[in-house]
Amino acid sequence: MTTGDPILSIRNLHVRFRSNDGMVEAVRGVDLDVGAGEFVAIVGESGSGKSQSVMAAMGLLASNGEATGSIRYRGAELLGLKAAALNAYRGRKLAMIFQEPMTSLDPLFKIGAQIAAPLRKHQGLSRKAARARALELLELVRMPRPEARLSSYPHELSGGQRQRVMIAMALANDPDILIADEPTTALDVTIEAEILALIAELRQRLGMAVILITHDLGLVRQHAERVYVMRQGEVVESGTKRQIISAPAHPYTRMLLAAEPEGRKAPPPDDAPILLSARDLRVSYDLSRGFLRRETALLHAVDGVDLTLRRGQTIGIVGESGSGKSTLGKAVLKLVPSAGTIRFEDRALAPLDRAAMRPLRSSLQVVFQDPFGSLSPRLTVGEIVSEGLLVHAPHLTRAERDLRAAQALAEVSLEPALRNRYPHEFSGGQRQRIAIARAMILHPKLVVLDEPTSALDRTVQKSIVALLKDMQARHALSYLFISHDLGVVRAMADWVMVMKDGCVVESGPTEAIFEAPQADYTRRLIAASIKA
Amino acid sequence: MSDSPLTPLPMIGRSLWQDARNRLMRNRAAVASLIVLGLMALSCIAGPWLTGHPYDRVYPDYVRVPASLESYPKADAIPAAVQRIAARIRATPGDVAVVGESLRLTLTSPRPIDQRLLVYFDRSDQFGTPRITANEEEGRRLALEVPLKRQRFLFGTDANGRDLLTRTLIAGRVSLAIGLLATGVALIIGVLYGAAAGYLGGRIDMLMMRVVDVLYALPFIFFVILLVVFFGRNFILMFLAVGAIEWLDMARIVRGQTLSLKRQEYVLAAEALGVTTGGIIWRHIIPNTLGPVIVYVTLLVPKVILLESFLSFLGLGVQEPMTSWGALISDGARAIQGAWWMLAFPAASLVTTLFALNFLGDGLRDALDPRDR
Repeated sequence: MTTGDPILSIRNLHVRFRSNDGMVEAVRGVDLDVGAGEFVAIVGESGSGKSQSVMAAMGLLASNGEATGSIRYRGAELLGLKAAALNAYRGRKLAMIFQEPMTSLDPLFKIGAQIAAPLRKHQGLSRKAARARALELLELVRMPRPEARLSSYPHELSGGQRQRVMIAMALANDPDILIADEPTTALDVTIEAEILALIAELRQRLGMAVILITHDLGLVRQHAERVYVMRQGEVVESGTKRQIISAPAHPYTRMLLAAEPEGRKAPPPDDAPILLSARDLRVSYDLSRGFLRRETALLHAVDGVDLTLRRGQTIGIVGESGSGKSTLGKAVLKLVPSAGTIRFEDRALAPLDRAAMRPLRSSLQVVFQDPFGSLSPRLTVGEIVSEGLLVHAPHLTRAERDLRAAQALAEVSLEPALRNRYPHEFSGGQRQRIAIARAMILHPKLVVLDEPTSALDRTVQKSIVALLKDMQARHALSYLFISHDLGVVRAMADWVMVMKDGCVVESGPTEAIFEAPQADYTRRLIAASIKA
Repeated sequence: MSDSPLTPLPMIGRSLWQDARNRLMRNRAAVASLIVLGLMALSCIAGPWLTGHPYDRVYPDYVRVPASLESYPKADAIPAAVQRIAARIRATPGDVAVVGESLRLTLTSPRPIDQRLLVYFDRSDQFGTPRITANEEEGRRLALEVPLKRQRFLFGTDANGRDLLTRTLIAGRVSLAIGLLATGVALIIGVLYGAAAGYLGGRIDMLMMRVVDVLYALPFIFFVILLVVFFGRNFILMFLAVGAIEWLDMARIVRGQTLSLKRQEYVLAAEALGVTTGGIIWRHIIPNTLGPVIVYVTLLVPKVILLESFLSFLGLGVQEPMTSWGALISDGARAIQGAWWMLAFPAASLVTTLFALNFLGDGLRDALDPRDR
């Protein structure tokens, strides 16, 4: 597909980082070419070095990193250039957008000023001309109401809109190559589809090349022309999209392609006892400000939700960010104050205070999304896993607790000898296993799984899903599985509730929802997440 | 970051504390500071027993003698000293000669010399008990051998003739003790109060922090003067007064940390496990606030030492004959024209300690918070 000479060519690139444990080689001898106007995707899991390869080209490596090899843009060597010399290329010829649109914009400046500032500096435009150009760019990225947005602050924009602003800024100097580093990972699936369609359309219109860095082969399937698959700092396979998708040569590529979670969950028998039921559950946040609270403004995060969970059942709760699905999970566990009735087995939970809830906590457990934030960094893994025993089995001696922690770790397929180590020494998937062990050590009846697989790579995701299903079968657990990822929900849940703005828009057996969605919103979600 | 293959790993993990210690040990300035602080503390603790001078012993003959590596009395000062003592004995000295560690001289007088008056030699700080080697002319001429009392004043002496080295070391004891103890008081109150306020939140937080604001509004010096008026000047009072003020900053720092920590999922997970409030604060909140707290502590110790110096300078601090670096510097500043050593040595000790503490604090900040570098 490459037309003529490549405009960016990377040869034998090595990137090394100095760390406490000596040199770590993140990229080992990568060769990569991008032709003019080409759409290239670099695919790999976290730690594969896919971002660091382009960061090296942009001179954006962390201060303890160094790159060797050759990176040429239209014949000019970029590697080893001083920042000032590199600025002739980066931002002008090579533009980049990042994963996190929340933190890439300065919260103190208006959108218009942020787009205009580099225009005035680099192109010497007048204030008025820069503003006109900023407006033009916002129109180019199809920002709704671009005129009004020029004088908005970043916090007034949604994540998708912020990513559009970032793209507009990247396009300001008519770059030859747009590098998009996981541009949609932080966004909802429907927004993700819009942003990628926008990038693809802009590429057509402006004739620039695009390098898309992603962990998601689904995105590659839709847009890319050529694909590089990276693993542990090396390119294991490259070729046209058709080659990679339909005839992958390398086993790793085949594994990535097959990483979609598999299997379906059979519903529990109809006579299974009801474990948890909630009626008209509401959670509201008081948004009113000020000392005297004269005005009241309530945000209904969960707005009258009914829920019935039987023993052995998994209810999948899906929805985009802000739909109230996580808040619902916390409300069921009484981690946030709520109104309405919640019954667990035969007890009403609503009137119970913190102390009265404590004996029930061992039956109601939770696993959170962020495997990096949900483990206390200063405790050993053994202490973390056995902490619940301090509360619910205070008669155990230290040695007995240690033994139970070792058993719990073995049950989630972690080496029990690792229990004296600290969380930061584990990978994301291993940390999520630790979080699961912490919940399971108390032998709960209900586990709320709040996006337990969202922060993980696809292949790791698959193994965690398998582990969770295995635990469920062994201990007759009921799950409340909260996720925005419909593929995982389909594999995990036998019942699905679709939430939007705090309300349930549709609920029913999983296959019924996926095969014949009734609500528009459900249809949109399914369309956006099935990337065929 | 692949999940499945578990490589064999050592049994014992490397905690974040150990990581921080390794980083600290690679910081040369911080390690040097640690060594300096250790030596300073050791010499302040053990030194006063080794200098050979009690800290409150007054040497009337050695008022404001300059710092010197040689021992006193110095050879050129001996004739004058002998002259002075001989005048009291009402005799004329002659043939004064230093032989080894003793002095030989003759005393002559028109009348017989009262031998009891020879005790003046003994009373001086420079000489020992004289021995009469010859008694001629019916007691009008005495040949004496007087041992010399060798004294060393490495830092010189102060305006009362007390050894400045011993006093500087004793002052270091007081200053370091106040620095550490007052900081300890501030640390314990501040961390517990701040963590409780931050974690409990809501109205309790507001109430607790308003109390802090009210205490902030009290003028410190006024507060100390009040305490001194009510309880008299007292060593313990210094800790309490300084600690009672300094915990306010600590409480604010810890509260701020706690507010961000309590939104962490591991705190929520602990709540879901049913861990008590006390358990969460103790096991999850406080250990994770300690990074910034330790850094603040190393900066608080010099602050407290300076505060004590300031109070002593004003005359509100420790009482004579006890002393502190602040009090010594205050004396030294008054004597700067005639006796530079009275200012230089205490000031150098204080500055060295403060430098070391600040470097250490800086090193700790880098070690504990590598992201911010």
